[in-house]
Amino acid sequence: MGITGQDLILACSAIGAGLAVIAGIGPGIGQGIAAGHAAAAVGRNPGAQGQIMSTMLLGQAVAETTGLYGLLVAMLLLFVKPLVG
Amino acid sequence: MSIQPLIMASDNIDFMIHGLFSYNVLGHEVWITTSHVCILIVMLLLIGFAFAANRTFAKADALAAPSGFQNALELIIELLSKMVEGSMGNAAPRYFNYLGTIFLFILLSNISGLLGLRPPTADYGTTLPLAIITFCLIHFAQFKHNSLKSIWVDMCSPLPPWLPIWFPINLISECAVPVSLSLRLFANVLSGTVIMALVYGLLSTIAIAWPSVLHIYFDLFSGAIQTYVFTMLTMTYISQQLGDSK
Repeated sequence: MGITGQDLILACSAIGAGLAVIAGIGPGIGQGIAAGHAAAAVGRNPGAQGQIMSTMLLGQAVAETTGLYGLLVAMLLLFVKPLVG
Repeated sequence: MSIQPLIMASDNIDFMIHGLFSYNVLGHEVWITTSHVCILIVMLLLIGFAFAANRTFAKADALAAPSGFQNALELIIELLSKMVEGSMGNAAPRYFNYLGTIFLFILLSNISGLLGLRPPTADYGTTLPLAIITFCLIHFAQFKHNSLKSIWVDMCSPLPPWLPIWFPINLISECAVPVSLSLRLFANVLSGTVIMALVYGLLSTIAIAWPSVLHIYFDLFSGAIQTYVFTMLTMTYISQQLGDSK
């Protein structure tokens, strides 16, 4: 069974997609830090819980963006296959 | 005796946008896709809701205690206006129409996965126009509330205004706003759609009842959070431009 150039490109695209979603590590750490500090803030000032929650969610959603870029690259590689000519 | 495999072949997965029929515009082939149909359904639901709300308020007795549908409407309006006022202050009434509209539209689009539709916001063609409208509104507010000189000083900001080395970098970061706004919403909703398609496509033999938990997370929770984030970021960007007049 010969491996054609197209097979090689598809296999490498799959590996590349796997590497691209490693980008999820960064937002994971960042969101964890944000949630931890928010918990500490609620502990110090339970009255401001609503505001702390909304600020935390906003910050986490912004931090999540970089991970989603990695996800998008992985999806493009897997389903749109831009490298296959 | 054949045992049905737990994980199906991969050609069962289907989360792409399908073209329904095509027509020619100036020699280009243009498709009506599932996204158009889903947007139309969402829009019809919202328009019907708006008409019902209008009738309810037109018939409402201002002195009697509200009940039923009117209660729910007042709750929604109060929540929205509290959210807008919290971050925009005095300018809130001017932008409330736009912000309330995109909030309801994105929310209903995101949770339309529960109605069996493919969420329209999982199509980049839906989220990019929303972000471009926001972008235009940000710069409308900027030119309305700031003089040209202060905009120029702001665009050259870390360096003095007679040395515009920083200007192209600031220009790029301005242009990144609609891209990141739209990609954030699009990628979040798309990831939920893909995961639900994988669950129903690959694990269809054991996908009984428990995917509802995933629906709660990906459609309701994530959809509501992303709606809130889109509206909140729009408000933050606009109120940054309002300056002292806020």
